[in-house]
Order: sequence, then structure tokens, then C-alpha cells
Amino acid sequence: MDRTRLRRSMLYVPGNNAGMIRDAAIYHSDSIMFDLEDSVAYRQKDAARMLVFQNLRTLDFEGIETVVRINGLDTPYGREDIRAMVKARPDIIRLPKTDCAQDVQEVEKLIEIEERKNGMPVGTIGMMAAIESPLGVINAYSIATSSDRLIGIAIGAEDYVTAMKTARSASGVEILYARSAIVTAARAAGICAFDTVYSDLNNEEGFEAEVRLIKQLGFDGKSIISPRQIKLVHDVFAPNGKEIAFAERVIEAIEEAKAKGSGVIAVNGKMIDKPIVERAISTLERADAAGLRDYSSPAEGVLHA
Amino acid sequence: MRIVKTGTAGTLESSDVMITVRSNGTDGVQIALQSIVEKQFGKQIRATIEDTLKSMSIDHAYIDVKDQGALDCAITARLVSAVYRAAGIEKIDWEAL
Repeated sequence: MDRTRLRRSMLYVPGNNAGMIRDAAIYHSDSIMFDLEDSVAYRQKDAARMLVFQNLRTLDFEGIETVVRINGLDTPYGREDIRAMVKARPDIIRLPKTDCAQDVQEVEKLIEIEERKNGMPVGTIGMMAAIESPLGVINAYSIATSSDRLIGIAIGAEDYVTAMKTARSASGVEILYARSAIVTAARAAGICAFDTVYSDLNNEEGFEAEVRLIKQLGFDGKSIISPRQIKLVHDVFAPNGKEIAFAERVIEAIEEAKAKGSGVIAVNGKMIDKPIVERAISTLERADAAGLRDYSSPAEGVLHA
Repeated sequence: MRIVKTGTAGTLESSDVMITVRSNGTDGVQIALQSIVEKQFGKQIRATIEDTLKSMSIDHAYIDVKDQGALDCAITARLVSAVYRAAGIEKIDWEAL
């Protein structure tokens, strides 16, 4: 389970769609989320579960993180999903409609039972929790700290706005509080924060505005419903040249200071403290993922020195 | 596992396969295959179906296969689902798979 990997884009793939599952890896999203929940009709839950199971055990997803969204334990499908998916061994099991810490812990107990049954080290499978209700938003921090397996929490907006007696709008003002609460809880807990889907595939301008907004709020990435949305998300999350150059100088200065045994570091006359270093590391990771760094520069290899 | 009714799983969408399983008494395994890639992969598809049935201890069944270019793992998945549905069993033995 990798807590620190880059998760800008999480591509939804309906669990009963053989063609989409087969092709999921070719678009190079950061994560692929196979869905056994809302995109699968009740009568096809068994077939979707089997299809995802067989594909996960067979296909090479080329290092892309694999996530399975299971059905809740309040449905007849959730327990069977866990039995099958732990054996299929995705990187992450994602819980829908998480209202409180106990929801996470109940699923975690079942995952642990299956890990032991399958001879896997306990803790092999990571978890993430989607928060989709006002109660979940209120409990965001206790959810985010409910299990060591959690790599992140996500906001699911559709059920949330319905419960709030409103509807989604272009500005997203109706979910601003929930987004802020979730990203703050995730940061306080030291895990990732994922934004909800943007379903109007033909409104590229609206999509870009939303991705810029959630990046500015501090989210790590966004759930997406089409491969067409991947590039824009990655472009928005990519740092610009000025940010990359500054981050490289910060890391260089840290290395120089370490070599000299000096405690205080400044770049361009600005004191560099821990948050700036952390931001620089994150900037360079995103720059590397977008292929934006010039490795002929003197900063080459500094990050890993 | 005993086939007690007709069970179907899968779709006719591209890269998928629709498989129907029904009892044929004691006539062994009979496979009726239609595939867009039959010339190239017909043998392999039949082998995948036969191996999967053997692993589930199914010695007698009529299997109708309408393939739209599914991967082996999708064929296995649809066949196992169709067999369980035809056997009327909801609880899958994941350990055996």
C-alpha cells in the first residue's frame, strides 16, 4: 500500500463492461476504479463481481493503481464483494456512502478476515472512503482517522446535494463547505483527498474551471468518468516552469545546507521552512509525472540524493 | 455442481461474450461457438471453456457461446457466472477459483 503516490486522476470503469475493463490501462490515468456499485444493475451484481475478479487476477495494469468500489454493507452485495475482491487483490477497496468511522472499521474487519483466509499479510489491501452525506461531512475527520489502511477520502456530490435539498450548479457553491471540510480532514489526517466526478462530458470549459477550483482548494485529484478527462486533469495539476525552477532551487539549497551543516536556508532571499520543502517535493513529483523536468540541468538527481 | 436450469451471463457488446449454459442430460460437454475471431482463436476459446468446466466438475452441459472478441479472462468470468446461475447457486466458492 503506497500512501504517497500521485493520484491526480481516478478513472471510473463500470464493473460489468468487459471492453472498458480491457482498455482501462491504455489511457494512463493514475488510478483505475472498477465499480461494482451504482453503475451495475442489481441483477448483474454477481456477473460484474466475477468479471472484475477474473480481470484483476489476469491483466497487467502496468503499475496503475487498481481500486474497486464495493457495495455498502447495508446491501446484500457488500460482504460478497469483499470476499471476492480481497482474493483478487486490488491495491485499494473503496467504500461508498461512508457516514462514520464505524462504517470503515466494519469493512476493515471483513478485509482482515479475508486476508488471513488467503494467506496475505494483514494490511495488504488499502482502503479509501467516499463521503456522500451531510453526516459523513460532519464526521470527515473521524472517518479520515478511522483506519491505518485509509489512503484517502473522497467527496461524492450527487447524494450529498440531494440530502442537502439542493442541486449541483456550475459554480459548485453548494458543495464548497463539503469540499473544504473533506480536504481539511484529509490534510489533518495526512491522507489524500479526492474530488467528485464532473458528468457533463461536453462542457470542457466547465470541467476545467472545476479542476482548477479543486486543485486550488488542495485536493490531490479527481474521480473522472471518461478517458477524455484525463489529460486536462493532468495538465491542470502539472506545475508551471517557474514553480518547477523554484522547487528545484529549494531542493538544491537544502542539499547544500545539509552538506555545509547549516541550519537556515534561503532561496531568492526567502526563508525556506518545512512546508515549502514539502511543497517543492510535491511540485517535482507532479512535474516528473507530466514529463516536464529538464534532467540536463544541475538539479538532476538532487531529490533522490 | 449440477445444472438445473438455463443460465446466461455476459452481453453482446464488443469485447464481451454472452454465454448460455443448460442441461443436456448425459451427452458430455457440447459447445456451440459463434465468434468474430473464430478462425484465429476458436480453438483457444473452446479450450478455455473446457478447462473452466473441468475445474468446476461439470461433465455434461450444453454451452452456447456468442463471442464479440472477449479476452480469455472475460470468457472465464462469463462462463463461471452462467454456470452458477444455471446451478441456482448464489454463493460463489471463491477459494476454489
